[in-house]
Amino acid sequence: MGRYVIRRLLQMIPVFIGTTLLIFVMVNVLGDPIQGLCGDKACDPATEAQLRSEFGLDKPLWQQYLTYMGHLFEGNFGTAFNGQPVIDLIGTAFPVTIRLTIIAIIFEIIIGIALGVLTGLRRGSPSDTTVLLLTLVVISVPTFVTGLVAQLLFGVKWNLIQPSVSPDAPFDQLVLPGLVLASVSLAYVTRLTRTSIAENRRSDYVRTATAKGLPRRRVIVRHLLRNSLIPVVTFIGTDIGGLMGGAIVTERIFNIHGVGFQLYQGILRQNSQTVVGFVTVLVLVFLVANLLVDLLYAVLDPRIRYA
Amino acid sequence: MRGATHAKWAACAVAVALGATACGGGGSGGSGSGGGSKGIVSASWGDPQNPLEPANTNEVQGGKVLDMVFRGLKRYDPKTAKAQNWLAQSITTNDSRNFTVTVKNGWTFSNGEKVTAKSFVDAWNYGAYLKNNQVNASFFQYIDGYDQVHPSTGQPTAKTMSGLKVTGPQTFTVRLSQKFSTWPDTLGYAAFSPLPSVFFTNHAQWLSKPVGNGPYTISSYTKGSQMQLRAWKKYPGPDKAKNGGVDLKVYTDNNTAYTDLTAGNLDLVDDIPAAQLKNVKADLGGRYINTPAGIIQTLAFPFYDKRWSTPNAQKVRTGLSMAINRAQITKTIFNDTRTPATDWTSPVLGSAGGYKAGLCGSACDFNPAQARKLIKEGGGIPGGRMTITYNADTGSHKEWVDATCNSINNVLHNDKACVGAPVGTFADFRSRIAQHKLTGPFRAGWQMDYPLIQDFLQPLYFTNASSNDGKFSNPQFDKLVNQANAETDKTKAVQLFQQAEGVVRDQMAAIPLWYQNGSAGFSDRVSNVALNPFSVPVYGDIKVK
Repeated sequence: MGRYVIRRLLQMIPVFIGTTLLIFVMVNVLGDPIQGLCGDKACDPATEAQLRSEFGLDKPLWQQYLTYMGHLFEGNFGTAFNGQPVIDLIGTAFPVTIRLTIIAIIFEIIIGIALGVLTGLRRGSPSDTTVLLLTLVVISVPTFVTGLVAQLLFGVKWNLIQPSVSPDAPFDQLVLPGLVLASVSLAYVTRLTRTSIAENRRSDYVRTATAKGLPRRRVIVRHLLRNSLIPVVTFIGTDIGGLMGGAIVTERIFNIHGVGFQLYQGILRQNSQTVVGFVTVLVLVFLVANLLVDLLYAVLDPRIRYA
Repeated sequence: MRGATHAKWAACAVAVALGATACGGGGSGGSGSGGGSKGIVSASWGDPQNPLEPANTNEVQGGKVLDMVFRGLKRYDPKTAKAQNWLAQSITTNDSRNFTVTVKNGWTFSNGEKVTAKSFVDAWNYGAYLKNNQVNASFFQYIDGYDQVHPSTGQPTAKTMSGLKVTGPQTFTVRLSQKFSTWPDTLGYAAFSPLPSVFFTNHAQWLSKPVGNGPYTISSYTKGSQMQLRAWKKYPGPDKAKNGGVDLKVYTDNNTAYTDLTAGNLDLVDDIPAAQLKNVKADLGGRYINTPAGIIQTLAFPFYDKRWSTPNAQKVRTGLSMAINRAQITKTIFNDTRTPATDWTSPVLGSAGGYKAGLCGSACDFNPAQARKLIKEGGGIPGGRMTITYNADTGSHKEWVDATCNSINNVLHNDKACVGAPVGTFADFRSRIAQHKLTGPFRAGWQMDYPLIQDFLQPLYFTNASSNDGKFSNPQFDKLVNQANAETDKTKAVQLFQQAEGVVRDQMAAIPLWYQNGSAGFSDRVSNVALNPFSVPVYGDIKVK
């Protein structure tokens, strides 16, 4: 087990270098960041040259990348074009998005798995059909529609919440955005759990457990659910990264100043330092989430062992 | 206890992986209060692109703050755009080249420091110096010695401009490198603001909380999310704030700001999203303003491409101008928040300032038959088809470019004569323009820096001027502009500029499309809301109920 973890951590290094290199190249291929700095006008050539050498943009790309990675290992993410260190931007944006993601994941786990178990155990019943239909609707409606409608109803028509989230973004204000963000994944979790439960219901170990005379609740929770959760955990694990990086739409609608906001603005203004810095952290989140998922398999299914 | 050991390893792995990034959390600051504090206006804002130094801010979001926190030698009247002396006691000249500036007594920065001649001279030298990376440095280009502190290539040889001399506590002299009679009227631009000594001695601290001499002081600033400004009680000027303060809140999407306004969480939105223009009357009733701003949209041409610079191409350009149905596009796409252009300036200048309705004449009238004829005479569109390049990330440009192309295609009875060519981001759009790689017309928007006809002509059409992106060049135009700048009499200078504008028309250096309005909506808590000619709300005049 210990060796497995170490091996996985070592494997992360080439993946990390590869992804950051790709992002670095892609951001630089997009266009010239200096041009965007000067607004509607052309930069005067002298200032442009001065800025270029200050940000190291006059060097060849590979050299820029090496310098950047060198700084990165010293914990220096560089400076955004508005003069703020990128690390500060990361420090303010990530806690907000993490809060939002936590809420979304909680919704997914509680509502998604509960509905999935319920429908999986009663396949073909009217409640099953209703939930299936509802999830189909949720999956087919894009997030920005759900978000805008929810914002209009709860924020403007019924005045239950503020339509936009304050800069501090406390948990209570993030409940509705979290639900909107979770909605599509929630539907997937429901469907995954449902199928998995329905499949495993007829398996030998469930029959054995029932034959042993275990109470129904224990059979379902300890034996059936635990084994059926593997695909669901895989999905939720990869979804953590997806939710953090993919919250751009939700964050825009509810004016949440998180990762999505910084990435969107960074891309629009071609601020390569910000974009690369944020994506680097997101890559790490993905890698760690994936590792956790793999380790969780062993907890859930006694048949899986890592050596 | 297998589960427990698993969990321990998992936690370890996370700790190691996170440790490697050394990401520091924490550091949140600022208190988040919603709209509605007593006497305070809450208004929408965008994250300023550059640090908030006066000579480093050339977009409207940073400009909003500078407009509240700074006052310069001159100020443009929020209604008439006329330049009035503000901190200047007098600005005198005999030859349109050497100016003597006297600064009024009794003005201080909000930290108590006196505003003196030195406050201005130091600030201007800072703004012009190449190593300070100020994007507005070119505003100081007419001052003698600019070439030494800001050479176009190589390293600067001086730190201060030789044309600026402090001659007394409240007086200084300016020597320009050329005659420029209306130069004093440019001094209302924020780049010419005075700076307190703390700006130079403790720059980082100043940047985190700028100190100026305007009617507001900054009480807290959380970068990227909000800024709280409070009325400065000891402000010595005549335009004291009529409210307790302004809270600027950053919105990523102006649709959200608009929703917040309709829900009563925000008092002022100064950029109504295009999609909401249809509903704005129903949502806000009379709490909506739509006033002209000093912005004109044009189509510029790549004169560095031979096919567009032949003598006959002038006919094609004029023909294209006549093929665009401006009235219809401004009505259906912009809901009358744009007005069809009939010259190359802006109505906010007023006729005394150089705006002349109808200067374009028939060349700006929609006339399909004449358009077809001219384009045919000129040899047709170069290559048989053209693209209009624009940036697709902001400002509903796609809609009007497509409409403009449709209009041209309908006139020419050719579905493929004109197509829009979107570019993903504004930054990329700019870099393509700068590299002179475009082969067809491209979107060119111009927001004035100061309300002078000179600002609508010289930077855009003078040979090798800073924003002459299409590389238009005409000796007659250059001669007239130089004459106008040397002319001491304002009326005559304006006439000469209008003659130069006539050259722009005859050559159709750029097709004028429409004048842009500024729009804003406000809540029923506030009144007396107006936009100045730069489409920035006049925050100081807003009254809170």
